[in-house]
Amino acid sequence: MDILVCIKRVPVTGAKVVLTADEQAIDASYLSFAPGPHEECAIEEAVQIVKKHGGSSTALTLGPDAAVEQLRYAASMGVDDLILLETDEEWPPMPTARAITAAIQAQEKKFDALLFGNESADAGGYQVGIRVAHALGMPVVTGIKKLEFEAGTAVAHRQTPAGWEIYEVPLPAVFTIKEGINVPRYPSIPGKLKAKKKVIQRIAPEEGDVGLEKVRLVVPEAEASDVTILGHGAAAAPQMVELLGELGLV
Amino acid sequence: MILTLIEHDQGVIDPQTFGMLTAVRGLAAEQGGALHAILIGADVAGLAAGLGDYGVTAVHLIEQESLDAYAPNAWAACVVEVMAAEKPTAVVGVGTERSNEVMAHVAARTDLPLAANCLAVQPEDDAWFVTRMRWGGTLHEEARLHGEPKLLTIAALGIEVETAPSGSAPEIIAVIPDLTDADLLVRVISRVEPERKGISLTDAPVVVSGGRGVGSAEGFAVLEQLAALLNGAVGCSRVVTNNGWRPHAEQIGQTGTRVAPELYIACGISGAIQHWVGCKGAKQILAINTDAEAPMVTKADYAVIGDLHEVIPALMAEIEKLKG
Ligand SMILES: Cc1cc2nc3c(=O)[nH]c(=O)nc-3n(C[C@H](O)[C@H](O)[C@H](O)COP(=O)(O)OP(=O)(O)OC[C@H]3O[C@@H](n4cnc5c(N)ncnc54)[C@H](O)[C@@H]3O)c2cc1C
Ligand SMILES: Nc1ncnc2c1ncn2[C@@H]1O[C@H](COP(=O)(O)O)[C@@H](O)[C@H]1O
Repeated sequence: MDILVCIKRVPVTGAKVVLTADEQAIDASYLSFAPGPHEECAIEEAVQIVKKHGGSSTALTLGPDAAVEQLRYAASMGVDDLILLETDEEWPPMPTARAITAAIQAQEKKFDALLFGNESADAGGYQVGIRVAHALGMPVVTGIKKLEFEAGTAVAHRQTPAGWEIYEVPLPAVFTIKEGINVPRYPSIPGKLKAKKKVIQRIAPEEGDVGLEKVRLVVPEAEASDVTILGHGAAAAPQMVELLGELGLV
Repeated sequence: MILTLIEHDQGVIDPQTFGMLTAVRGLAAEQGGALHAILIGADVAGLAAGLGDYGVTAVHLIEQESLDAYAPNAWAACVVEVMAAEKPTAVVGVGTERSNEVMAHVAARTDLPLAANCLAVQPEDDAWFVTRMRWGGTLHEEARLHGEPKLLTIAALGIEVETAPSGSAPEIIAVIPDLTDADLLVRVISRVEPERKGISLTDAPVVVSGGRGVGSAEGFAVLEQLAALLNGAVGCSRVVTNNGWRPHAEQIGQTGTRVAPELYIACGISGAIQHWVGCKGAKQILAINTDAEAPMVTKADYAVIGDLHEVIPALMAEIEKLKG
């Protein structure tokens, strides 16, 4: 099984978001970066699939040169091959999907499964994986929290408020993964050393028309807060019980 | 005309769909156009009449045995067929997992842009000006949406549903779609009921939630005991699920569950924005944290400063005392 996993470099924000002066992005001067959480699980899933069924795993990202860091992170988790589609800024979903599709078509390797995140952590467009599936004529199942392969087909489980939906599709196919499908491993030291040496395939994609044109980002107004400190340590217990009583909970 | 996608499952319309219709009704009226809906399934005619209450003037009814089980790409094929025949100015879904999925299929099939999870929509001559959710709603994006028709979904969770002033029964337009095997390839082949053990996170009046500060899987024992005392459920942060201390089903936040209990007790959780979006819907938030400056503390309604492993046992003892 040859598996491709598409990941996006996103800033790891804390309790507050600060924007750049041009309001086009999060000011990440003091932030670190990571693949989105769904995508981190997609990497883990790709590595586990290859371990179980043999074959190879490839990670692909479209982003700035710095996104090499996320590709190497994927490699340190056990991914074999790395592809960077180098751009200078964030691309909207349509051109992103077009560029990923073209890059897949340009590979000698024919992938059996393409893994995406259910939605990107930052943009949340809910579409790149589905667009790539259509462009390549592959079936796509989204929001997957359990995935099993058997003789040319895959059984995918999707969680809904009403329970689990089970899908079965022939390969090759696209799956969009949700956090919870597995617990991603922490990269090992040997894994990190190996990742440093990996050769990265670089492609310069063409953007074309954007479709959805970002004007600016806005930080929504925070709800006013007015915290009441009930007390310190174990001594606060009576005040806490009083609060529970007022709320009708005890 | 604006065409809306009606989301339903097992004979029930998704309640957020009515929020979307409430939002879009104004948009359709501003444009002097009609508000149409598309209803897809095997046995859904009964759901059509009630849509008039929300301002829908016509329903494109697509009923077919092969649509018995949810099949996202087939739904999209139906939407594209109605689009081609009726030439709406916009096709709008609700910002749920399912409708976002179907609308992305529609966008892919028609090679049109799609704006998911819009909070505000301003039609303009060419591109429409939209405000949409990013980062699970912790950041907004203002954008121009191109293409004809406009494809978008509405984030409807916060919208107060209103019925239309003169809701009359909509006109029913039966459509027989031309579906291929490929359209129906991805479909639900079976379902498994949700595991029900104890009270669910989304129904619990109290959620006792733990973060890195709990320290270990074993450390959650006191949180479980407190939750049991208060008839509540246990939640956690992403650090906790990543460490394997608790299952992901209990994670609160952007990539977990969103809860709205009477009281959310955040124990040893710092209050990152991705966690906050999952619990901010709670009526009251009580933070227990050693750090008085932690965002969870400063944003909460109530806080206790201290070690949760001392505070929670003391609280339980006090509750037991009260109960006698
Ligand atoms: C795209 C994206 C999506 C994400 N989605 C989610 C999500 O869905 N849910 C989520 O939770 N996170 C999510 N995160 C992660 C989030 O950014 C934070 O990393 C995470 O919420 C932090 O968890 P924490 O508060 O448990 O840990 P920390 O941030 O490490 O905080 C621990 C807190 O415990 C306190 N503490 C320590 N010891 C004690 C003690 N003995 N008693 C009392 N207090 C103590 C500390 O003062 C501190 O405030 C996401 C991140 C990204 C980038
Ligand atoms: N710039 C990118 N590079 C690689 N993969 C991407 C990129 N943007 C989106 N994706 C993939 O597409 C998924 C869905 O993105 P979106 O449509 O933005 O929600 C993400 O979880 C990624 O797997």
